[in-house]
Amino acid sequence: MTEIQAGSGAAVAAAPVSGDVPAIELDHVVKEYVSHGEVVRAVKGVSLAIAEGEFFSLLGPSGCGKTTSMRMIAGFEDPTQGVVRLHGEDVTNVPPNKRDINMVFQSYALFPHMNVWDNVAFGLKRKKVPDAEIKRRVGEILEVVDLVGREKRRPKEMSGGQQQRVALARALVNRPRALLLDEPLGALDLKLRQAMQIELKRIQREVGITFVYVTHDQSEALTMSDRIAVMNDGLVEQLADPREIYERPASKFVAGFIGTSNLLSGTVQQITGDTAVLALGAGDRILVPADGALAAGATVDLTVRPEKIKIAKGRPEGDLSLVRGTVSEVVYLGTSNSYVVALGDGAEITVFEQNAHDSTITAERGDTVWLSWQPWHSYALR
Amino acid sequence: MSRLRASLTPYLLLFPGTLWLAIFFVIPTVVMLSLSLQSGDVVNGYAFTFNWHSYVDGIGTYHDQIIRSLVYGVISTVIQIVIGFPVAYWIAFKGGTRKSVYLFLLLLPFLVSFVLRTISWQFFLSDNGMLLGPLKSLGLVPEDFHILATSAAVIGGLAYNFLPFMILPMYVALERIDPRVLEAAQDLYASKVQTFLRVVLPLSLPGVFAGVLMTFVPATSDYVNASVLGGTSNTMIGNVIQNQFLVNQDYPTASALSFTLMALLLVGIFAYAKALGTEDVLEVAAR
Repeated sequence: MTEIQAGSGAAVAAAPVSGDVPAIELDHVVKEYVSHGEVVRAVKGVSLAIAEGEFFSLLGPSGCGKTTSMRMIAGFEDPTQGVVRLHGEDVTNVPPNKRDINMVFQSYALFPHMNVWDNVAFGLKRKKVPDAEIKRRVGEILEVVDLVGREKRRPKEMSGGQQQRVALARALVNRPRALLLDEPLGALDLKLRQAMQIELKRIQREVGITFVYVTHDQSEALTMSDRIAVMNDGLVEQLADPREIYERPASKFVAGFIGTSNLLSGTVQQITGDTAVLALGAGDRILVPADGALAAGATVDLTVRPEKIKIAKGRPEGDLSLVRGTVSEVVYLGTSNSYVVALGDGAEITVFEQNAHDSTITAERGDTVWLSWQPWHSYALR
Repeated sequence: MSRLRASLTPYLLLFPGTLWLAIFFVIPTVVMLSLSLQSGDVVNGYAFTFNWHSYVDGIGTYHDQIIRSLVYGVISTVIQIVIGFPVAYWIAFKGGTRKSVYLFLLLLPFLVSFVLRTISWQFFLSDNGMLLGPLKSLGLVPEDFHILATSAAVIGGLAYNFLPFMILPMYVALERIDPRVLEAAQDLYASKVQTFLRVVLPLSLPGVFAGVLMTFVPATSDYVNASVLGGTSNTMIGNVIQNQFLVNQDYPTASALSFTLMALLLVGIFAYAKALGTEDVLEVAAR
């Protein structure tokens, strides 16, 4: 099980497979810049260990330090403090060309004066691999990324998706021990991006290389990753697998950044067995699993995902969290209906209702409705 | 109506420039071409006679100056590449936010007239001037040492005077290189030297190519540097043409020499473009 210290200066998570040396390790890494005479701390103390063969994502908004962290792994930035290790070896002062990892750059950074073949062969030539082997390996990798027959094209003669695959091939052909990808799909349109997500995952499974993936797109990170480090303001807020990150966000920031979530706050009224009852307003009650940390009178921040909530005109029965409000917005989303419900105290709750049966909607704007969800779908934030 | 206007717009925009070139370039060129084939003298007047002798005699008499001009042009251009490339590289990659300041500083001396700058070089290089005076009084160079009136002075002047026209195109080419492409090269195991040779240099070649075109032609046909810095034994073909036009008033010979120079430069440029056409250069560099 991973250990999480959310929001602390050093969120450490052990690699999933204990005993093995992690492929990549950041050990209390800090990066400071001087910009216009002021010291900017881009990375404020990050520690993480990425296991061999893992698809690991660094996820966060722009300016959170994810790209800087990746550039320190690649060797393009020197950490102000801390140690970078690759397979247990301290590489903090090793230049990028001496590190056995490769990077796929955000805008691909293909060599504009070289054709596809020469772009892909560049690394192998620098490593003085014999010509016959270069020929074989470049041919193989072009097959993997489906670019056979385009060897003589220049980057500018290719589409964004094709350039993306050249960039991938150019890195993978070297059989690096880890591949770093800096928002590699950012420039592609949605359809192509989704296709490439699946493609990347397939390639990663086939070649079995550790992937470190930097993105600000939470759905991309959830789709592809084995584990995700959610970063904010130079720190790791949470490091866990996608399900854990989505279902059990470690902080308000993570809850808000990953998917849509409703943030609520209430006071513990009483604790019955393993359930705490929170009072919100007149007639409303929210049930939260009590795990010993909750005591009567305590204020609790909690989050509920919109798809866990049921919307109904009548008051549902059972041991459910129960909230009443007025529908202020109804949006038809195709696969689902989205409702925004205003509560008595001014808070708003978003509800997704799957469009499973027919296209009728449960409530109209202005209707008074009951929202309900199971106690375990309330997740208390610490 | 509006469609007609739209289709006419490009021609209207081109009109002033075309008119300008027609009056001040095409007509004089045709007049000179005709002059170069005329015979006669300034007292009795000239007549068009298809007189090829101006070419044959001109080249026969002045081939030394023609060859010297081409040699000076080539050497000064090479010197400019060697001096200018590091400057352009430094401004493009290390100039940071002050790039335009450095470019302005580079161009600052060139706000002074070309002739004046050359004359100030004459002062600077003169036998007991600012440079040689102190060196001679310190005994570091012999008393009879001189720089003026040597080919070195002329080539130096040419290299100096056209340097910005070499640096600016190289700067533009270097500045356009995405720094991430250089990082990609490093990421793919290239050392700093290999990154320079395999990526920076080939990507800058179009700029070098343009710089050579912009400096080699005016340097080869220049006469100011040779007449101010070169003395009598380093005259270039430009000096001969100027002399034939303004002193001897031998217009046919002057015109014939002008066309000979023009033809040589055109052939040289096409040969250069053929040998170093940018696309081909890049193909070679990629290997």
